[in-house]
Amino acid sequence: MSQTRTIMIECLRYDPEQDQAPHYRTYEVPFTDEMSVLEGLQYIKDHLDGSLTFRWSCRMAICGSCGCMVNHQPILSCQSFLRDYYPARIRVEPLEHFPIVKDLVIDQSDFLGKLESVTPYLVPAQPLTPEDGPNLQTPRQIEDYLGYAQCINCLLCYAACPQYGLNNAFTGPAALALLARYNADSRDAGQKTRMEVVNAEEGVWGCTLVGLCSEVCPKHVDPARAINRNKINSTQDYFLRFLAPFGRGS
Amino acid sequence: MQVIQSDVVIIGGGGAGLRAAIAVAQEAPGLSVALVSKVVPMRSHTVAAEGGSAGVIHPDDSLDKHFDDTVSGGDWLCEQDVVEYFVGQCTREMIQLEQWGCPWSRRDDGSINVRFFGGMKSPRTWFAADKTGFHILHTLFQTSLQFPAIQRYDEFFCTDLLVEDGRLQGVLALCIATGEPVLFQCKAAVLATGGASRVFGQNTNAGIVTGEGMGMAYAQGVPLRDMEFVQWHPTALPGSGILMTEGCRGEGGILLNKDGHRYLQDYGLGPLDPWPRPRAMELGPRDRLSQAFWHEDQAGRTLQTPHGTAVHLDLRHLGEKKIMERLPMICELARTFAAVDPVTAPIPVRPAVHYTMGGVLCDVHGATPLPGLYAAGECSSVGIHGANRLGSNSLAELLVFGRAAGLSAARHARETPAASAALQAQAESRAAVHLDMLRREGGTRVARLRQRLHEIMEAGVGIVREGPRMAQACEQLAELREQFRAGVALDDRGRAFNTEWLTAIELGHTLQVAEAMAHAALLRQESRGAHMRIDGFEARDDERFLCHSLIHSQGDAPPRVTHSPVTITRSQPRARVYGGAAQNQS
Repeated sequence: MSQTRTIMIECLRYDPEQDQAPHYRTYEVPFTDEMSVLEGLQYIKDHLDGSLTFRWSCRMAICGSCGCMVNHQPILSCQSFLRDYYPARIRVEPLEHFPIVKDLVIDQSDFLGKLESVTPYLVPAQPLTPEDGPNLQTPRQIEDYLGYAQCINCLLCYAACPQYGLNNAFTGPAALALLARYNADSRDAGQKTRMEVVNAEEGVWGCTLVGLCSEVCPKHVDPARAINRNKINSTQDYFLRFLAPFGRGS
Repeated sequence: MQVIQSDVVIIGGGGAGLRAAIAVAQEAPGLSVALVSKVVPMRSHTVAAEGGSAGVIHPDDSLDKHFDDTVSGGDWLCEQDVVEYFVGQCTREMIQLEQWGCPWSRRDDGSINVRFFGGMKSPRTWFAADKTGFHILHTLFQTSLQFPAIQRYDEFFCTDLLVEDGRLQGVLALCIATGEPVLFQCKAAVLATGGASRVFGQNTNAGIVTGEGMGMAYAQGVPLRDMEFVQWHPTALPGSGILMTEGCRGEGGILLNKDGHRYLQDYGLGPLDPWPRPRAMELGPRDRLSQAFWHEDQAGRTLQTPHGTAVHLDLRHLGEKKIMERLPMICELARTFAAVDPVTAPIPVRPAVHYTMGGVLCDVHGATPLPGLYAAGECSSVGIHGANRLGSNSLAELLVFGRAAGLSAARHARETPAASAALQAQAESRAAVHLDMLRREGGTRVARLRQRLHEIMEAGVGIVREGPRMAQACEQLAELREQFRAGVALDDRGRAFNTEWLTAIELGHTLQVAEAMAHAALLRQESRGAHMRIDGFEARDDERFLCHSLIHSQGDAPPRVTHSPVTITRSQPRARVYGGAAQNQS
């Protein structure tokens, strides 16, 4: 076993049944080198205070449950390590820009609604059944969208996005990246439906290109690039509409 | 109490639950579906599956080979008629996922690529790099969003199945955000709650894989089947238990003991050459590989790590390009959680509990003995895994039997009258029991009970088993259940998002599932598949034990175990051999 040290973990606490406003409570947590922030929180829950509330599940950075702010940075608690903060104390808070349900648990329903709004599924040009066999899709065609398909919906990008913080009508990074994922898929013919979301004021034009979403993304999805690509599509769509009688048929 | 009416309730929003929901919405229009899950669907444990999913598509492969690999892999404890149906449906489901957008890895010409997994005669594993479960789950979730018939109840924790007039008529759940009980009245329900690997401490599974779906059915008199068969995956990171996919070996990775020796050749899996070849060495089945580790460990030929002994999984010879293309997540996981770069160093690995072969008894249609209740996926025992599941068969199972169970539940719902009025009183009384936990004083902390459970199971019902130790585990589990009934100490007495309380309810189910495993294991006096004994029952005993275990709940008392016949259609049990011996046999 590696050496055990002690770190102070300061957690935002808020119990909707008892508290008027959030407050902070600090816990003294023994840790070893390989312990994640999540394991620190689990230690608190198991041994010090069973009422500390947070979401977690896979503990291997794929389920997207355990996002939170550590020292004001959005991170996945399962793949951030206490050793990297020691000897300073750390402050753990719920993800920014979302309503708090309890302690570190945020209300993610706004995001889920946005995800649903982008037609996040394949719209085939022709209806297919399994009897038709698989579509062909070359590795190069997969590269067009695979990066965007890596999103684990952890919401770190929303917590980092100043635009979403100012106005949460903005569709936001992860949902727009997913939109770009389906638009870029060679098997999809649903781009037209999705352009409504893209063109809307709260669509891509809500983004001011700060790029923090891509910086904090634990899966290198690069939502900023996706949004930019959508902006190009949106611009083309805008101009093509003037040309429609000639350029596009009806 | 809030009452929600729905034709079909699906409990669990992972791969099986989502596939069932889509099947009802798409193929049985007009029915309402409530998809009730304790986590938002894309958080479900399907997300963590790495290596891939089986489906015959390679020119060298055939349905017969998939059947044979599955039945011999399961040490002839599979329901062969169910396996026959399964292998016939897998490829259809893989193609269906493709048409829903799943980014299957491809060959240069754009056709589907498949890889080898352990125990396969031909390459059969469809994969999306090493994030297959992630892509399957997100594809299913996103596809499900186009069906208005599917009403989602995210973060609703199901506590009880409600039975009136001998049939399932409702499901009691707690809305996690508020802690308020909700009664789902239904005509049919599909249990798709996943496995129970968190019964053990060292495991590859997410924290939510706690077996309460099995516990809920078991409490209503539905037998659990073959619970003694627990799969140890041979390659997990020591300590955390994080999985290093079998795909590592499918792509050519090798296992070495502390002397750099490929020890699997000493356990009936050799000879070494020619390499790679199917069903040999590192491409042997999981039970054999985990058992080989145990022997190496006993012989002192494993490496010491801060979290127990280990062997080396070596990928270096594959080269950086192939590793990054085929196993990118493995690379990231090893770097983040083990501080090892697989491109330049071998990864220390050891076995960890990965999968529960057994589960809620059901037939090929997903129907359990309780009218109106269906089951699919890891929580179920439909009969395809036998005594040892073949890698890649579980993702395929979610899809094939998720659809089947959904359609069966839909048929049942159409033929069934509305729920009885007496249900609400039953729901109220069950809810009162759960709410009472918030008021009780004294008792033992959840973490302490859980820790004790892990100790008992690791010591008594591990990779290698002996009668006296299993008997002791049975006694200790009875005591632990008694301790649980005496009270769970909760720091959190509120209702809103009280995860401590929910974990305590969950643990009640988990303890019963653990007890079912231990009792079934004790009574199986033979070695078969993942159930390995070293106390005079080292061999398979078809005369006495070519049969399933059925475990029946006796409430607070220890369970009763009976046995039932195995359906054998065309593969008579024979010696289960891998490596060179397997080539001679076929």
